[in-house]
Amino acid sequence: MIAMRIVVPVKQVPDLVEELELNSEGSDIDREFVKFVANEWDEQALEEALLIKEAVGAQVSVVAFDEPDVDQTLYTALARGADEAVKLTGAGDGWLSTAERSRLLAQWLSGQSYDMVITGVQASDDLDGQLAGTLGGLLGVPHASVVVGVEPGSGSVTVTQELAGGTVVRTEIATPCVLGMQTARQAPRYAPISRIRQAMSAGGLESVEAPGEATGPTDGIELLRLYPPEKAGRAEMISGDAPAVAERIVEILASKGLVKL
Amino acid sequence: MGNDVVVVVEHDGGVVSDTTFELLGKGRELADAWGGRLVAALFGEPELAGELGAADVVRFAAGAELGGYCPEAWEALLLNVVESVGARLVLIGTSTVGMDLGSSLAARWHAAPLSYVVALRADGDQLLATSQIYAGKLLADLRVTAPRVVVTHIGGLLPSDAGRRAGSPAREEIDPGVLGSLKSAFKERRVPDGGGVDITAAPMLVSVGRGIAGQDNLELAQEVADALGVPLSASRPVIDQGWLPKPHQVGKSGKKVKPKAYLAFGISGAPEHLEGMRNSELIIACNTDPSAPIFDVAHYGTTVDLFDLLPELAERLGD
Repeated sequence: MIAMRIVVPVKQVPDLVEELELNSEGSDIDREFVKFVANEWDEQALEEALLIKEAVGAQVSVVAFDEPDVDQTLYTALARGADEAVKLTGAGDGWLSTAERSRLLAQWLSGQSYDMVITGVQASDDLDGQLAGTLGGLLGVPHASVVVGVEPGSGSVTVTQELAGGTVVRTEIATPCVLGMQTARQAPRYAPISRIRQAMSAGGLESVEAPGEATGPTDGIELLRLYPPEKAGRAEMISGDAPAVAERIVEILASKGLVKL
Repeated sequence: MGNDVVVVVEHDGGVVSDTTFELLGKGRELADAWGGRLVAALFGEPELAGELGAADVVRFAAGAELGGYCPEAWEALLLNVVESVGARLVLIGTSTVGMDLGSSLAARWHAAPLSYVVALRADGDQLLATSQIYAGKLLADLRVTAPRVVVTHIGGLLPSDAGRRAGSPAREEIDPGVLGSLKSAFKERRVPDGGGVDITAAPMLVSVGRGIAGQDNLELAQEVADALGVPLSASRPVIDQGWLPKPHQVGKSGKKVKPKAYLAFGISGAPEHLEGMRNSELIIACNTDPSAPIFDVAHYGTTVDLFDLLPELAERLGD
């Protein structure tokens, strides 16, 4: 029996711990000085794929576009237990919109055999939470987002999706399918640096020409202005050290009658 | 090209979501501006049509299996609705349903997708939208000239009263043949066990986020919560790590809360979290990042280290 193949598309996103500066045209963030990190939800997707591999056997292929520091992310995936890491090159200058990413990934996937595509439910850049659904729509296969459980069956998977308020629904979906992973059954495993180095020296990263190039912004949507949210209505910042701040918070709560001084 | 606006009706356990009413209100405004109809797309639970008076038309599909939400079935039905009514705009909440259907509908219906939208208005025959990106750290103002648009809109930002109107919209049943042979089957819907905690009923909440950095550190926040006699709540990362059980989660996929005071420690304020707590009467936030979005909704803020602040608070609040 041929083991199933799970493809995990991953991406790099700006580290939001840092300040985001705009470029001189104000049309995008300034990518020059931004630190890029692996999208945390993609790590959930990879973890779930690896858990499925361990439970029932699967070939896990991680795929990414050529983005800043993506090699590190791909080698980390190999160190964690992925069987294959593919870097799609030549698609654009370091960053792709989700619309373009979806289109190119769909093209690449249509030349691949796969049972499941599992990707992060969202990424904090342009089209938050759109990749799984867009891929599903373009590939014409069933898809589900906000997935918190995957039970592989024969020719199908049963997925658990979270709705509002913690309510969940379970649906049996035929494979191939595309899933947007919210949370894997366990926290993403740790890959020791030594194993990442091993993966690097083994050189298991496969560079493949992307099936096309970026074509620019989505037709019919024009960016007028990019800006940080208005500071009006922002919190009044309490100054001082921790004891002084604690004192003030207690005063505020007392002034609302919520605690007694 | 039509001028109709379609709103996807989200419901759970026979209750139409607040976000749906918010979008019906906005949809009404846009449909009126463009001279189109407001169409509510209702899948499962057809009796809920009685609450959708803001719409001109309710396109509905009956069937118990639809009520529980099955992404493939809802998508097939929604595609049928948008293609048959002459829609130019589809509005869905930025929820699981919105994330499932918004993006795939845009791909299949060849429409422009907009997500995490926080404001929409008609500008003559065009549409102006504001989207949140980078987890709310930036906003993008957009002019939409595409003939077809699918918008997922963040809930909790618009007045839901605007969509709660009396009226008797035409009811049109969708041909069940649209569902054809689905590759998916709804199995079950489960409501989580509250575990004896109801954070929505608490007068105050002490809430922790990623900044708490470890399960052992919860004790520091627990002491403050105990001193106030209120429960601990948390944002998604804390729940995902398994540090607190699900019923403690505040946010889009957790509980929506409105306490008299919400004390947030180490919570950056992702849009999904803000959606669940922004209407609290008093919000005090502690985060070492002065540009954290939580400070946009908080009344008071501090950037001192939560590990220094929590013990000081516990000491002052303890008897």
